[in-house]
Amino acid sequence: MNRRPLLSRRQLDDVFAWRADGPVSVRRFLAEADALAGQLPPGDWLLNVCNDRYRFAVGFVAGLLAGKTSLQPASQSAETLARIEADHPGCCCLCDGEFAAGGLPRIDFPDLSAVDPAKISKIPDIDADRVVAILFTSGSTGLPQPHRKTWGKLVDNGLAEASRLGVDRQPLHIVGTVPAQHSYGFESTFLLALHGGCPFWSGKPFYPQDIAAALAALPPPRLLVTTPFHLSALLAADIPLPEIALLLSATAPLSNELAAQAEARCQAPLLEIYGSTESGQLASRRTLDGASWQLLAGVELAQEGEYTIAHGGHVEGRVPLGDVIECRDDGRFVLIGRHADLINIAGKRTSLAWLNHQIAGIPGVVDAAFFLPDEDPAGGITRLAAFVVAPTLNRQPLLQALRQRIDPVFLPRPLVFLDALPRNTTGKLPRQTLQALFAERQRDG
Amino acid sequence: MSATATPETVSALLPEIAQLIVTALNLEMAPEEIEPDAPLFGDGLGLDSIDVLEIALVVSKRYGFQLRSDNEDNVRIFASLRALTAHIASQRSQ
Repeated sequence: MNRRPLLSRRQLDDVFAWRADGPVSVRRFLAEADALAGQLPPGDWLLNVCNDRYRFAVGFVAGLLAGKTSLQPASQSAETLARIEADHPGCCCLCDGEFAAGGLPRIDFPDLSAVDPAKISKIPDIDADRVVAILFTSGSTGLPQPHRKTWGKLVDNGLAEASRLGVDRQPLHIVGTVPAQHSYGFESTFLLALHGGCPFWSGKPFYPQDIAAALAALPPPRLLVTTPFHLSALLAADIPLPEIALLLSATAPLSNELAAQAEARCQAPLLEIYGSTESGQLASRRTLDGASWQLLAGVELAQEGEYTIAHGGHVEGRVPLGDVIECRDDGRFVLIGRHADLINIAGKRTSLAWLNHQIAGIPGVVDAAFFLPDEDPAGGITRLAAFVVAPTLNRQPLLQALRQRIDPVFLPRPLVFLDALPRNTTGKLPRQTLQALFAERQRDG
Repeated sequence: MSATATPETVSALLPEIAQLIVTALNLEMAPEEIEPDAPLFGDGLGLDSIDVLEIALVVSKRYGFQLRSDNEDNVRIFASLRALTAHIASQRSQ
């Protein structure tokens, strides 16, 4: 059996993470994970919703040691939890704060301060072929789609990113503003800690002042793992920031303006990561160097009809990508657009078709169409608009009904009531028609 | 540092903060339509974390302090219009 180590490039007495009360050694981390593994109930599945990045890491490794697979859904809605309970009998839920676990047996993260790190004498290894995590995408139909990750591929994933970022030569101290459970944060904070030798801050700072405080709590050199959304808020706050060696952004496109502002402000390069939950991260670029992306080591692209397929390296199987991609002769590629009508608001993905299906399903709605306006050139988050024909419904009950069906970031602003939608003779609503309606609406204020 | 604001101070500031939310987020409603004690998230006004950072920015510019989350709950300050107003009233430096 092929086995791979739990951590790469680490000795037992190296720093694994930083908490508010100081550094935690690899040895203590392993001792805590081992102790927690002994406290988990039997069963094959673990839903680890710990907010604290260190506690997530202890929980994930405890699950690994106890033979469990980590379930990492895209959302924590009641509907998602009910589905997990139905599809994964025996799943338990590890929490470190208030969390409505629904019908799942809840385990509160225990106090592990009494465990004895001295009993840990080596770094364990894990069967490389074992499925250790399942990450879910929301799926364009709205039904969660599972993506299985084997231990060996996750190790390769961490090593490939570490090599690309250069942290294999110079480890950085990580502050992440993104959750450890979703693919970007999972790879660029947790896997980078396990296999890139990078200690991380245990918190998940949100407000700009929290991010500055988290950076200040770590020694340099520092890596900030963030999103365009958090980055733009951080820069707009205009507060003093500790020295940063590298900025990393993903989940949504980053404008050149924001990238230039971030680099000038932090005096550090800003790299973007391209990837998906299905494929894991695939490529990186320095935003200011141009639009083309460089694949991570081992990853290859192939063209099959209109779809581009990612394979090789740490990619599980052959994964069709949601973007239309043009490969260049120098091995780099550029993104040309999205397939179908997939949209991304502040890193959350869905499709217009699914949203239209949801709004049309509300009793009283006669006809409706969501519309994604062109991006605001001044930056900022572009919000969806929706046009609806619902003569018997008022705004608030309709929004209330929508809220039960879709994530709040997709709620329409504005929601425009019309007597009829301007469908053409074939019943279609061309984008330019909706664009004209939207522009008219903006003019009228 | 901060003192706890009196209920009267908070009530007096409510309309101003309601106006700030409506303007900052471009909401299609009048400020007085925001119920002071209804949740700003979920079934109430339905705000999300994008809105929270936008409001945090406007608050820091106008009232001269940065929002912090001392615990892991980023949104507790945003439990309701009254909770947010009380927080601003106790922290403001201008």
